[in-house]
Amino acid sequence: MGSIIGTMGCSSSVADRKSENVIRAAILIQKWYRFTMARLEMRRRYSLSIFQSIEYADEQDQLQLSNFFTFMLDHCTHPDSVSQIFTSPSAPQVVDEDLCLKEFEKKIDVPDSYYGPRLSFPLTVEDANALLHAFRNEQLLHARYVLQLLSETRRVLKEMPNITHLSTSYSKEITVCGDLHGNLDDLLLIFYKNGLPSEQNRYVFNGDFVDRGKNSMEILIILFAFLLIYPNDLHLNRGNHEDYIMNLRYGFTKEVSKKYKDHWKQILCLLRDVFSWLPLATIIDSKVLILHGGISDTTDLDFLNALERNKLKSLMRPPKSVKERQDQTEKRIPTTKPSKHIANQHVAGKTQHNSSSGFPEPSGSNLPPDPALKEWKQILDILWSDPRSQNGCTPNKSRGGGCYFGPDVTAKLFERYNLKMLIRSHEFKPEGYEISHDGKVITIFSASNYYEEGSNRGAYIKLNPELIPRFVQYQVSKFTRRKNLRERVGTIESSALKSLREKIYAHKSELTSAFAQYDVNGTGRISVNDWAAAMESVLQLELPWRMLRSQLAQMNPDGEVDFMSCFYDLKMGQPTKEAQPALAETLCRYRKDLEIIFNIIDKDHSGLISLEEFSQTWRLFTSHLGIDVQDDSIDKLVLSIDYNKDGHIDFSEFLEAFHVVHRLEKKATS
Amino acid sequence: MPSATAQHSSRPVFCQCHSLSGLVADIQRKITEAFEVFDRESNKTVDVREIGCIVRSLGCFPNEAEVQELLAQIEVEEPDGFVHLKNFLPVMTRVLLDKRFRPIPEDVILHAFEALDENKCGYITKEDLVKHLTEKGEPFTQEEMEDMLAVALDPETNTLHYRDYRVKLVVDETKTFPFNV
Repeated sequence: MGSIIGTMGCSSSVADRKSENVIRAAILIQKWYRFTMARLEMRRRYSLSIFQSIEYADEQDQLQLSNFFTFMLDHCTHPDSVSQIFTSPSAPQVVDEDLCLKEFEKKIDVPDSYYGPRLSFPLTVEDANALLHAFRNEQLLHARYVLQLLSETRRVLKEMPNITHLSTSYSKEITVCGDLHGNLDDLLLIFYKNGLPSEQNRYVFNGDFVDRGKNSMEILIILFAFLLIYPNDLHLNRGNHEDYIMNLRYGFTKEVSKKYKDHWKQILCLLRDVFSWLPLATIIDSKVLILHGGISDTTDLDFLNALERNKLKSLMRPPKSVKERQDQTEKRIPTTKPSKHIANQHVAGKTQHNSSSGFPEPSGSNLPPDPALKEWKQILDILWSDPRSQNGCTPNKSRGGGCYFGPDVTAKLFERYNLKMLIRSHEFKPEGYEISHDGKVITIFSASNYYEEGSNRGAYIKLNPELIPRFVQYQVSKFTRRKNLRERVGTIESSALKSLREKIYAHKSELTSAFAQYDVNGTGRISVNDWAAAMESVLQLELPWRMLRSQLAQMNPDGEVDFMSCFYDLKMGQPTKEAQPALAETLCRYRKDLEIIFNIIDKDHSGLISLEEFSQTWRLFTSHLGIDVQDDSIDKLVLSIDYNKDGHIDFSEFLEAFHVVHRLEKKATS
Repeated sequence: MPSATAQHSSRPVFCQCHSLSGLVADIQRKITEAFEVFDRESNKTVDVREIGCIVRSLGCFPNEAEVQELLAQIEVEEPDGFVHLKNFLPVMTRVLLDKRFRPIPEDVILHAFEALDENKCGYITKEDLVKHLTEKGEPFTQEEMEDMLAVALDPETNTLHYRDYRVKLVVDETKTFPFNV
């Protein structure tokens, strides 16, 4: 593999020799280039892998939360206990059904200083254009109009069946869009490329309009406005994120509370209703089924069409009938088996007992079938399932809800209902779409740059009257100069690694114990294999640890890993003297869960809960998780946070103290 | 550290700290890891078109023809064109044990660029670059060519100063990817 100048036969001319050199040089350069491109592709892939694993692990945490709610219901019958709030539907103030447009007009004043759009009902295209224009300029729609819009939307949605039937007979093409997740730029780009909704330009939006992105509210406003203007031409399906408990975790609730400081409670309350009235699916020409997640081997479209969809405000809490709860008081301890995920007994464990669809069912699952439970499972399956290439229907272990369904399940459903295609969303796809099950199943994902700038394209489907799909891809770009591939991958990679490091930090004590078990001589170093094994078993993320090692931990010249080095440049947000390290770490790891729980406890949305409520909840939560925390340690900590000494704490402030900060980043910004 | 020479492909490689079986196990773990990154559905298969990428990200430096030869040795499941890990593993393990397709030293790449630089002035024009790389050797696709130009070309002069480009490439690689067997 040495030099370019090879030995030549004496009959070759100089020109021949030269051109041979050039060819060899070209091959070499091409080889080298493809080598670097391959490595770049590997980095891109594992970065996306990191994002996706963490996202799914997060969704599993959400499942644990529901499990916790069930646990609380099982364990707390004391009337004064905190869990009381779970026994009644925790709707703080149900917005009166009779509250109409005029009521909002009377009750909420719009000041003259407001220069945003002023909507007048019934809405017209002018109103829609005004909204688009305002949102492009980052204006907010006034709370009064939001409430009016939502109340009108609810009124219109109520008239619709669970499954909408469309026909392509008179229109040109129907456009189907997937997850938007609060990315307003993507929606605007779609409208720019494909035109605004109208009688001649019909749209189906397949769920997950909210959470994660920062313009979930604006997306809803636009979609609902067009729904009111063109109720026969713009159709919405419910996604798994159109769920108030998901919104507590994934950012939508926070967005609303920040944008609408005076009216967010009302808005969220009304939204909870509106979401539950969103149709579950759309069928085009009786041949193309469009729904958010997927199907299972028990999916029953007739049953789905007949149930009362608005009863299920959130899928995070399986329904409990009165009878079941009475039975529960006899069987005190639910039969939880420790999950195989527990690495070390003395640190936090997770327990779960799974039904066939994955989500925890109330312990009385061997009781006669409960119709409410069947309804819940049917909807859960269509909103949470993912297609896979293996046959069969198995619980969706990545997400903890719904199932994985194979080509045989699809084929059977198609045969039963005489269908030709299934269009679904719910899963991130680097190209914005993917075709599976031999062309029968299409995944459409419309949020470009979902994980990070440059991570993926978005796409939408154009379905013509022959029901042949055509795909249009796009990618929103903030930068006027197109970043080259190397820069894009660099951005994605550092963002992914940052998330991963946070997760590592949140599991510091578990990891330290796991490492120590391999470090027999107490040298502080272990082999790469042992390090990788420890990381995998504690974090439960299937990632290429050996490949990532160089980014996460230092290695000495002997080829051994200095395992504590992975914690070096990370620390807690605010150093809290009163918190012992173990306690602080637990709070850090479960920050999001606690935020959700506290939000639910805080019935009047004041942002405060009493010390008593806090302590009780904390005790229940840690006992459910099997964490051993000293009783008085949390009390001391809480007292130190109660600055006013008035018996209440601002839990957002409290939790804010336990987020992970990257030291290097902090240095850069300070 | 004693090492096998390329010609004796059946002679095992030893190093001071590993037994052969330990080394093989290590290699197989690395191969599996790289493979699984491309395994979309976690069912131990990858699209056959990704094999070149996987081989290269394991530190190997084959040209396209060599990738095809390698593929010929691996059983590909018809009709989808998927490769199963169990078929890939033995072939790839052999490749790594034998240290085939080793990377080329940086100065050799430099010579390659020099060979394209007819006037020996230290840079190559965009036109010449495109001509050579899209018409000769194992030609670039349009996308590959555009991407290389995006990184390497000086937009003001439309030339490639190969000494700089080479440095960029090499530095990036050693900084972020010491995944060496």
